[in-house]
Amino acid sequence: MGERWLIPTLSFLCVVALFAACLLGSTAMPFERVLAAILGGADPADRLVIWTIRLPRALAAWLTGAALGISGAALQGLLRNPLAEPGVLGVSASASLTATFALYFGLVTLNPWILPLAAIMGAMIATALLSLAASRTQSVVTLILIGVGLSSFSGALMSLLMNLAPNPFSQADMINWMLGTVANRSFAEILLVLPFIAAGTVCLLVNGRGLSALTLGEDAAAGVGLNLKRQRLWTVLGAGLATGASVALAGAIGFVGIVAPHVIRPLVKHDPARSLIPSALLAGLILVVADIFVRLLPSTNELKLGVVAALIGAPAFVWIAIRRRATDG
Amino acid sequence: MAELVAKRLTVFRGESLLVDAASFTLAPGELVVLLGPNGAGKTTLIRAALGLLQVRSGSAKLNGTNTRQLSPSERARQIAYLPQVRQLAWPNQVKDVVSLGRFSHGAVLGKLTGRDAAAVERVLAACDLKPLAHRKADTLSGGELARVHCARAFATEAPLLIADEPTAALDPWHQFRNLDLIESFVREGGGALLVLHDFELAARYATRLLWMKDGRIVADGSPAKTLTAERLSEVYRIAAHEESGRVVQEGAL
Repeated sequence: MGERWLIPTLSFLCVVALFAACLLGSTAMPFERVLAAILGGADPADRLVIWTIRLPRALAAWLTGAALGISGAALQGLLRNPLAEPGVLGVSASASLTATFALYFGLVTLNPWILPLAAIMGAMIATALLSLAASRTQSVVTLILIGVGLSSFSGALMSLLMNLAPNPFSQADMINWMLGTVANRSFAEILLVLPFIAAGTVCLLVNGRGLSALTLGEDAAAGVGLNLKRQRLWTVLGAGLATGASVALAGAIGFVGIVAPHVIRPLVKHDPARSLIPSALLAGLILVVADIFVRLLPSTNELKLGVVAALIGAPAFVWIAIRRRATDG
Repeated sequence: MAELVAKRLTVFRGESLLVDAASFTLAPGELVVLLGPNGAGKTTLIRAALGLLQVRSGSAKLNGTNTRQLSPSERARQIAYLPQVRQLAWPNQVKDVVSLGRFSHGAVLGKLTGRDAAAVERVLAACDLKPLAHRKADTLSGGELARVHCARAFATEAPLLIADEPTAALDPWHQFRNLDLIESFVREGGGALLVLHDFELAARYATRLLWMKDGRIVADGSPAKTLTAERLSEVYRIAAHEESGRVVQEGAL
């Protein structure tokens, strides 16, 4: 048992969490009214709150989490390393940098599609660089260091842009990008990134089988018949699409992509391919719950979702890293 | 019948010559052992023959088709390749690791279908791995892990097997055990090319020895003909003498 029920259980929990996100808020809404509003009945004010505020926000959190979860699981499989993750590897930071660039220079006003495309481009440049490095070195440390380098460099350029920002409004906007939030997201924004996240997910799922083979190491994986180049290309493409689009939606949210696959892996017999979907579901669940927490927290300035994710995720990252040392020498 | 024919393979890395016009063949019914000191180019030669790396000149053909032109899965279905054992990235179950031998047949872990599942079950039994089937690979001893990898190669049901140091760092019992498994694979109609460092084991199991030095094949023939004291000193820089038909090693030259 166990493995067979994993996906149904997680899916159910996701639906419950999304529903709870509609119930809870600055003013809690009773169960029947939420249900009525979702189904299209009820009073217009309720419908407005649910359909334009709470539901899109919760869905944005879920979608962001799911994209980061599946990207994390896939990158961990490709790089054979439990610490690989869009945030840690600097993929998210690179994506927010290119997105900020597009915003700063007003490219986004030309066409709304430019925003997700810019973020995706940044994510893919970073992922391609990492996979190039990964094919040359077996060293985990090198990869993480490259990630640190990418993050710092992107962070520095973002700071530069912030210093030069013409008005406080665009500064606040950029802070949102760096810290990550799903506040005030609309269905239009979700629909803008959804195709990219879906395409990325398909790329990763179709090529999931190769990640199982990579468990053996690159040489042996090639030996059992894996086309390494193609596997790298599709994983980079898929993770780049999904991560980039999630950044376009919510900014850079770190560590979800580490925590979720780490929890899932023992439940799927440590097979990277089988960890993809459950990791996506769990990461989505985590962000929806974290966002409920953010909204319920009584504070004047709303805490950013990315900050909460890092508060939980960063210690988990350190813990995983320490345990890894202990077992792998 | 599957046959691998390598003709005058030459491999450079940058400016340095790693493999120098090396030729060999591998066919079913043969257990060929590739011998040579560290750095002789054995692994590079194997990888070049498999089409895993670019060669400067020469060619390796599997049943007449250049191995560089075969798709990875086409090649893998004909030649099972065991590189030197590396740690697995994750603590997978033994059965899943063996199942990866069916990758080139399209197997998906956790969802093996008829033929794939049957092959895995058969190999687990043949290699005495049934009791370990549900163990995590990181709880196995080095000897057990090496056997799991052998089983993985057999699960492919490829006619040919190429294994790079399948007995490295194993105790004598596990060395014999693994070579016995490979020998019975050959007896059942397979062909195997192994890299070994132990002449006695090589002489005992091989039908043919390939001697390699400085990127070149310097001898190719039966153990009786090619395993001589002279050759050991030439290839390995080892002093040896022959005693009642056996070569006895004395020490480094």
